Amino acid sequence: MGDWMTVTDPGLSSESKYISQYTSETKMSPSSLYSQQVLCSSIPLSKNVHSFFSAFCTEENIEQSISYLDQELTTFGFPSLYEESKGKETKRELNIVAVLNCMNELLVLQRKNLLAQENVETQNLKLGSDMDHLQNCYAKLKEQLETSRREMIGLQERDRQLQCKNRNLHQLLKNEKDEVQKLQNIIASRATQYNHDMKRKEREYNKLKERLHQLVMNKKDKKIAMEVLNYVGRADGKRGSWRTGKTEARNEDEMYKILLNDYEYRQKQILMENAELKKVLQQMKKEMISLLSPQKQKPRERADDSTGTVISDIEEDAGELSRESTWDLSCETVREQLTNSIRKQWRILKSHVEKLDNQVSKVHLEGFNDEDVISRQDHEQETEKLELEIQQCKEMIKTQQQLLQQLATAGDDDTTSLLRDCYLLEEKERLKEEWSLFKEQKKNFEKERRSFTEAAIRLGLERKAFEEERASWLKQQFLNMTTFDHQNSENVKLFSAFSGSSDWDNPTVHSRPRQKKPHGAPSGSPVCTSKLTKSLPASPSTSDFCQTRSCVSEYSSISVLNTAPEESKPNQVGRECTNQKWSVASRPDSQEGCCSGCSSTHADAHIEKDDLP
Amino acid sequence: MNFSEVFKLSSLLCKFSPDGKYLASCVQYRLVVRDANTLQICQLYTCLDQIQHIEWSADSLFILCALYKRGLVQVWSLEQPEWHCKIDEGSAGLVASCWSPDGRHILNTTEFHLRITVWSLCTKSVSYIKYPKACQQGITFTRDGRYLALAERRDCKDYVSILVCSDWQLLRHFDTDTQDLAGIEWAPNGCVLAAWDSCLEYKILLYSLDGRLLSTFCAYEWSLGIKSVAWSPSSQFLAVGSYDGKVRILNHVTWKMITEFGHPATINNPKIVVYKEAEKSPPLVLGRLAFPPPRAAAGPLSSTESEYEVASVPVSLQTLKPAADRANPRIGIGALAFSPDNCFLATRSDSVPTAVWIWDIQKLRLLAVLEQLSAVRCFQWDPRQARLAICTGGGKVYLWSPAGCVSVQVPGEGDFQVLSVCWHPSGDSLALLSKDHFCLCFLETEQGVGTAFGQRGDHT
Repeated sequence: MGDWMTVTDPGLSSESKYISQYTSETKMSPSSLYSQQVLCSSIPLSKNVHSFFSAFCTEENIEQSISYLDQELTTFGFPSLYEESKGKETKRELNIVAVLNCMNELLVLQRKNLLAQENVETQNLKLGSDMDHLQNCYAKLKEQLETSRREMIGLQERDRQLQCKNRNLHQLLKNEKDEVQKLQNIIASRATQYNHDMKRKEREYNKLKERLHQLVMNKKDKKIAMEVLNYVGRADGKRGSWRTGKTEARNEDEMYKILLNDYEYRQKQILMENAELKKVLQQMKKEMISLLSPQKQKPRERADDSTGTVISDIEEDAGELSRESTWDLSCETVREQLTNSIRKQWRILKSHVEKLDNQVSKVHLEGFNDEDVISRQDHEQETEKLELEIQQCKEMIKTQQQLLQQLATAGDDDTTSLLRDCYLLEEKERLKEEWSLFKEQKKNFEKERRSFTEAAIRLGLERKAFEEERASWLKQQFLNMTTFDHQNSENVKLFSAFSGSSDWDNPTVHSRPRQKKPHGAPSGSPVCTSKLTKSLPASPSTSDFCQTRSCVSEYSSISVLNTAPEESKPNQVGRECTNQKWSVASRPDSQEGCCSGCSSTHADAHIEKDDLP
Repeated sequence: MNFSEVFKLSSLLCKFSPDGKYLASCVQYRLVVRDANTLQICQLYTCLDQIQHIEWSADSLFILCALYKRGLVQVWSLEQPEWHCKIDEGSAGLVASCWSPDGRHILNTTEFHLRITVWSLCTKSVSYIKYPKACQQGITFTRDGRYLALAERRDCKDYVSILVCSDWQLLRHFDTDTQDLAGIEWAPNGCVLAAWDSCLEYKILLYSLDGRLLSTFCAYEWSLGIKSVAWSPSSQFLAVGSYDGKVRILNHVTWKMITEFGHPATINNPKIVVYKEAEKSPPLVLGRLAFPPPRAAAGPLSSTESEYEVASVPVSLQTLKPAADRANPRIGIGALAFSPDNCFLATRSDSVPTAVWIWDIQKLRLLAVLEQLSAVRCFQWDPRQARLAICTGGGKVYLWSPAGCVSVQVPGEGDFQVLSVCWHPSGDSLALLSKDHFCLCFLETEQGVGTAFGQRGDHT
């Protein structure tokens, strides 16, 4: 034991030492980083612990070292290494159990510390990488910030420049405007000056011309002359007349005559045009009236308030039309009447046309399908009729042919024999062809028949096999049914045992096979139960029971969980037997009993049921 | 289509007499009068100097020859070859000379537009009209020959005088509300006078014969204005071509614009027929070349063959970019003319010099566009029917009618560059004038024309 102790002691002490070291170190240096480093460095230290601490405990100083360790350990809160002393005088003995416990605890502690250290290291690494990442990010962002800042500065600079430019341009524009104004002023002044100059020049020119004229004319220029062999007569043969006031007046007269002629001519033209237009108008009006009058009755019948008056107007106009003289009157009096009536008629026409348009569009929109169907039906009927007719015609032709043949055979021999001969020859040929055709067809038919018989045989075999299968299956079913009866009775017993009330549990079990039938009714809901109760007074049908079953089965599954495993078994029950059970289960009394026994939670359903007759 | 032989000509002076019997042409100082049908020389007159202007009197009895350099006018009588008349304007000079509608008076405009001298051939009387305005079209007679309207300028203001031609009495004298009157023109019915301002301002004024202002029309302001004006033969429409490349049609009732014809360089409407002259490589007809064919058939045989093709829309026409820094820019509607039946209007936009637009006046829309290979020199309507003759200064004459159009090569040795065309009053023949020569082109009658058009394959 002592050996063991000695062996373990240094480890223990080293542990404690290490702990003390660690603790002291932690105390000494608060910075975690540093402590970590120390921790790291302490790990290799522990390897040399034996050699290093061998000096700590020797043969001589065991007691001391033990006491020292005890002290140390107690300061750390470990139980004392010594046994509880019974007396003061008795020397305290080393408690090996305590020592071992301490050692164990120390070792655990060490492991924990190592784990923690690892964790811390990994965390440190993580943190370090995070830090790096963050630093990178930070650097990047800083760069970005820097660039954006630079950009911003650049933009600001540009903005400033542009503003400067803008200002300059504004200034330039202003200058230009001023210049334009100035130039315009200059142009205006120049124009006036030019005009003035022109006038001055022209005056000068005129003066010069006048002077020249005088000079040229007054000089009694001999050169200005006309040499004529002899004077010719006037084209109209008249002699030239003296210029007098008379001639002037005559000229005036003539001029006015010409003008008057022109105006008269134009007036005539306009009159003619007017007459033509009037004619057109009249014709139009007539046509309008003739167009609108057949509809007169229809709107009348409808007794439309608006159209009625207008139509009477039309009638008046029609009456007016007969008095053609109105057209020749000057327009002044008739114009308004005329235009008004035309306008009215035009309006009617327009509305009518619009109506027609609407109708047409409606027909287009609605009538397409109907028309189509009708037409198709008609078409089909027609085709049927035609087919019938064709058949009739064919029959007719056949009979006629037969009759003809008969007649031909009945006819006199000399001529008919010849004819018949040629007919016979042709017929022979045809018959031969037909014969060969028939033969082929026969062959084909036989082939088909054979194949059919084969198929029939095969079918019979298959049917036989199927029958056998069915019989065997039925047998099995029957057998299963009988076994189920046994089980069922057992189930009933079980149920009664579980739920206590076999009275309402019975239908649940019996109805179970019906679960095979898929039913959309949500089982277990109060709605369902209400349905069930409603339908109860009526003759109970299978579907009703279906509902009841499903509901009840739910209740059962809810109330009695243990029934669930049993459910699978009844499902296999044959239909023949379940029907019998149904008849038993479908008694209203039992059903009522079941429902009343259902649970108090479905009281609503009961109330509803009560209301029913 | 037959062509006459080629005769000599100078200064493009070649005119049919109003009655259609004679054809007068000038060769330097000689005046040659031929029979319009046979082209045989009827008379030959010799003037004192190079003739610069000739004009038939309305009754086709006299021809005046103006020798502006000399300030001389020489008049010849067709009936009496020995009769002669010489008018000397002396130191006053001469810039224009014309007949009065009665054919017995000659109006001479002196230099500097000092005055207009009216010489009478019947009496020894001479009348003077002072202050004539020097402008594009300052003198205009009514079609019936009764009245003369004259643009005047006095005291820096424009006036119009209306004179009675029979005795040269002043009928009306009124000032026009224009900055610088550019031209005046009577309506064919002689009752309305159109007066338009210079190109600096778009303004056209319409006066009645008695001097009342009927209406004023101004399409736009602050831009170059009117360039050309034409009355329809019925006096119903007044077409005004302007520098904005549009023709505006005014009606004679309200004198308001009926419609506006733009001249876009691209034609998208598929309804418009675009005839495009296309050059063709000469066909190899050796046999025909070996034996010179008769004159009529010789036309199509030429080294540079071309024909009209109907171009499929959209068509973009060749446009000229006008020099903005020079005077008289080549923009705007430079020429327009109504067909004699009032149905069509032919126009030329100076910025698209190769094209002639033909507008349907009944429908008021563009009917056809004829694009030639070179710039259109002049076009003239047949005086009797809707048939337009066009020349481009090349060796061809182009004819358009509602039925289609055709280009005809003028036969003859060497180049015959058609600079101008002149219709015979009956519309049966056409004088083609080049710089030194002229020839006559005889067009068949209605049916003949139809077959002629049919024979040439290039009409559509």
